[in-house]
Amino acid sequence: MSGPAHRRLFALLSGLGRVSLLLAEIFRSIILQRPRWSEIIHQLHFVGVKSQGVVSVTGAFTGMVLCAQAFFQFHKVGMDTATLAVVSVSMSSELGPVLTSLIVAGRVGAAMAAELGTMKVTEQIDALRTLATHPVDYLVVPRVLASVIALPLLTAESIVIGIGAGYLVGVHLLGIDGTYAWANMIRYTQASHVIMGVIKSSVFGGIIALVSCYKGLHCGQGAEGVGKATTEAVVITSISILISNFFLTLILTKLLP
Amino acid sequence: MIEVRDLKKRFGPTQVLSGVTFQIEKGESVVIIGRSGGGKSILLKHLIGLLSPDTGEVRIDGQDLARMNERALLGIRRRFGMLFQGAALFDSMSVAENVAFPLRHEKLITQNEIARRVDEALEVVDLRGTQDRKPAELSGGMRKRVGLARAIVYRPEILLYDEPTTGLDPITSDSIDQLIMRVCSQLKVTSIVVTHDMRSARRVGRRILFLHMGRIYTSGTATELFASDDPVVHRFVNGISDSQEHVL
Repeated sequence: MSGPAHRRLFALLSGLGRVSLLLAEIFRSIILQRPRWSEIIHQLHFVGVKSQGVVSVTGAFTGMVLCAQAFFQFHKVGMDTATLAVVSVSMSSELGPVLTSLIVAGRVGAAMAAELGTMKVTEQIDALRTLATHPVDYLVVPRVLASVIALPLLTAESIVIGIGAGYLVGVHLLGIDGTYAWANMIRYTQASHVIMGVIKSSVFGGIIALVSCYKGLHCGQGAEGVGKATTEAVVITSISILISNFFLTLILTKLLP
Repeated sequence: MIEVRDLKKRFGPTQVLSGVTFQIEKGESVVIIGRSGGGKSILLKHLIGLLSPDTGEVRIDGQDLARMNERALLGIRRRFGMLFQGAALFDSMSVAENVAFPLRHEKLITQNEIARRVDEALEVVDLRGTQDRKPAELSGGMRKRVGLARAIVYRPEILLYDEPTTGLDPITSDSIDQLIMRVCSQLKVTSIVVTHDMRSARRVGRRILFLHMGRIYTSGTATELFASDDPVVHRFVNGISDSQEHVL
């Protein structure tokens, strides 16, 4: 193996090792340390409450475009009233959790990496350690817990808004029969679709906080280091969400028939 | 007592510390001097376990920090206070919240007692009435004073100062030096100051350690170092550059 390739592989493996150690420290902290409720609530407000606007817009327009596209195809074969069922199932199990998480990764993940990165380069993380406070307990665990709790709630909000927006477009703009479309949606949307979406978004929330905090805590020196860490946090989180979504779909489909 | 034995640390290809050995007794006031980029701050961070050595030992009352994990080190660090070069104040918090930070999880201290201790610490550093201000609203000298108030509020046994006067004008530097001496005598703490400011070193250090080329080159009182015939020591304490030397 050539030198640069060898170094890249080594860097990748050591990075994965450090993420695993951080994950183990997070679990140790959750189990053994007292929860810092004020920090968790503060992060819940930042991750959850403040993301509602962007998540609502994403959910609404995803539902609307999905409804329009599905209608254009179903209309050709006279299945107009199946449109809302497609919107509902897609939003609940795939588009809701994935798009919500990608949007939150851009907003929250970048902020987490930048905040922790800035704290690192200005020695605030070292100051925390000298004040007998473990950075994982104080900075990482509240962010991880808040993301794991907030993402399913944001996803549920996105699903509801997406279906509602799809209904408005389908019924009032495209002229679908509302009663039949609604009945078909209820008939084909199962609890397992919603549960799958909720579980996925919770996992994605954990990935967003874990990767972003890791990148912030291990960022390079100066403004360049913080900028690089922020970019990498968003890119790696987004790719991780898309890849893990595939495997979660396979696993959860087996577990939730 | 703090004991450092044959401490070595490398970052990539650069050997920063190549066998540092010294001992500091309880209650001593020691200054570590050396050139910029010479590893003084790295050495200081080893004393509180923020960095772990490649080889060698750092012992605090016999306990080797190099063999402890991060959680075990948290207990040891309660005995230390540290003032960082840039003060390292938490910028999302007010001055009072910064100073109260080390006390906020003490179960036996009431909110009134915390407020009283914060006021007391701010009084020691002559910063009464700044409780509600944010770090961004403070000057460099004030930030360092708040950093010092945060470091002394929980009454540590050992205080570490990383370049306390760097970036400050001579008058503010003088007031910080006087503050260091006052804190040392009032609180009876062990003080370790890292600096390349010889004026400051002369004033606050009863003993000076000169770190050169990754090792403690020499040690002694300020008078002994200023009177030294050794060309390396003479050039450093008098601020004379070597004409053969490249600019660092």
